[in-house]
Amino acid sequence: MTTPERLLLAVRIILPLAVGAMVLGIWEFLVWYYRIPKFVLPPPSMIWRSLIDDFGTLAPSLWLTLVITMEAFALAVIGGVALAVLFSQSRILELALFPYAVILQVTPVVAIAPLVIIWVGLDQVNEALLILAWLVAFFPILSNTTIGLRSADHNLHNLFQLYGASRWQVLTQLQLPSALPYLLSGMKISGGLALIGAVVAEFVAGSGSATGLAWRIVESGNRLNIPRMFAALLLLSALGIIIFMVLTALQHLLLRRWHESAMRREN
Amino acid sequence: MFPAPSFPCPLFFVSSQTSPPLQNAAAKPDAVTVQTLAASPAGLTGTGPGRKPLVTLSRIGKTYANGTVALRDVDLSIGRAEFVSLLGPSGCGKSTVLRLIAGLGTLSSGRIEWAGGTVDARRDIGFVFQEPTLMPWATVADNVWLPLKLAGVGRRAARDRIAEVLEMVHLQGFEKAYPRELSGGMKMRVSIARALITRPSVLLMDEPFASLDEITRSRLSNDLLELWRGKDWTVVFVTHSVFESVYLSNRIVVMAARPGRVIADLDIAAPYPRGEDFRTGVPYAELCRAVSAELRRAMEG
Repeated sequence: MTTPERLLLAVRIILPLAVGAMVLGIWEFLVWYYRIPKFVLPPPSMIWRSLIDDFGTLAPSLWLTLVITMEAFALAVIGGVALAVLFSQSRILELALFPYAVILQVTPVVAIAPLVIIWVGLDQVNEALLILAWLVAFFPILSNTTIGLRSADHNLHNLFQLYGASRWQVLTQLQLPSALPYLLSGMKISGGLALIGAVVAEFVAGSGSATGLAWRIVESGNRLNIPRMFAALLLLSALGIIIFMVLTALQHLLLRRWHESAMRREN
Repeated sequence: MFPAPSFPCPLFFVSSQTSPPLQNAAAKPDAVTVQTLAASPAGLTGTGPGRKPLVTLSRIGKTYANGTVALRDVDLSIGRAEFVSLLGPSGCGKSTVLRLIAGLGTLSSGRIEWAGGTVDARRDIGFVFQEPTLMPWATVADNVWLPLKLAGVGRRAARDRIAEVLEMVHLQGFEKAYPRELSGGMKMRVSIARALITRPSVLLMDEPFASLDEITRSRLSNDLLELWRGKDWTVVFVTHSVFESVYLSNRIVVMAARPGRVIADLDIAAPYPRGEDFRTGVPYAELCRAVSAELRRAMEG
């Protein structure tokens, strides 16, 4: 890394951190200066203390939300890619099923949630959350991978045909690598959506039957424990950011050698 | 370095009769369709007529689903070890002929026959597209390996062949590079190396140098001739450049559009190797002028 690049990296990290610190400082000051009650807006220091003090309660909730999000995401990737591959092999299947995938996607998850929770059973509300989070996360993977599998270079298709490649060889050596950039950007969208799905579903399920971070927010709100509410919110944000960063890193790792989106250009 | 000229254009033989009047040509296009080449006089590095045909196209036609007639009644016989250029304006179906020879797409009429029965396209044909058409996610070595990989040859077993073809196109040392890291000319070399790895008997090239700059193109042309002369290959080269076709080939098939058809079959008997001397010499200029005249005739219909 050359000196200017190092400098740029430092600026890219330090600048947002400095802005964040400044905003927190102003926040802290305003709360103190105007004596804003903590059940309206707690100061950052109090939120931090609540995060540490209540971590015993928050940690299991964080874990639950994390597990549901990750499971939903993993199933969305597996299911989305599998269905996209089926679509790429059979145009009829695609024509028959794709509209239903769209219907599932455009129907708001909040509206289906009560139904799913009743079907799965209130005693197994975690499974219901998983299904709902999966529903939200599934579509970006399916649609991106479907387009990606179709985007393989036409002449490369001809070349594979010329050398007598089997369908399997075309799929694994041409279509799937061509779809990878599309899949990865679908995963970036879908990772965030899985978390949103898990949280929204839990709000709907409500009544303490699920004990993820969303429930902690509802519960803290009911008790006017606003600092803990903020602490739970902070954990959710952190989770979302980590998911995004991990997926961005994965994307960079897999594409940096060959794909335009991950290449650094000097001009 | 050229044989003493005994008549006006010694290196240039049109096997058709002198061009018929235009209205005639329009009325019965078959009149100018050439099916056999006139024999070259002894003493010239003649090609074409004496050679055993490798592949014969008999009255082939191609009509697309939308009704466009890409080719009509094209007769063409390509001899072993010939370097044939298919020359013509865009839309004359020269690329279609090439693709049909390769077995990409189906004939609407006519037939294509290979010497010795059927051809195993996997092994006997190398195809080079206008674009390098490389897999961006694979290294140079893996791109070149592809035809063998698809045939079930492992990476280790293919190692020597990969090294061999990369050396043929002067790309040793670039095995681990990715296509994006290469210049346009180098990508085209990879594409040629990939076509050569199956040791094909015929190399089909679809305007391979069209998107390259002049200097790169001339260097690649020389390297291609060098490769061709070293072996007993047949090259079918689609181009829209008169100069390129005269420089490279020992036979030029001129095609006309709407519908795509062969209107002249020319024997370019200048000896190889052809270097800068040839490219700047008078015979080359005369050949280019004569081929241009044929091409003009093709454009006028």
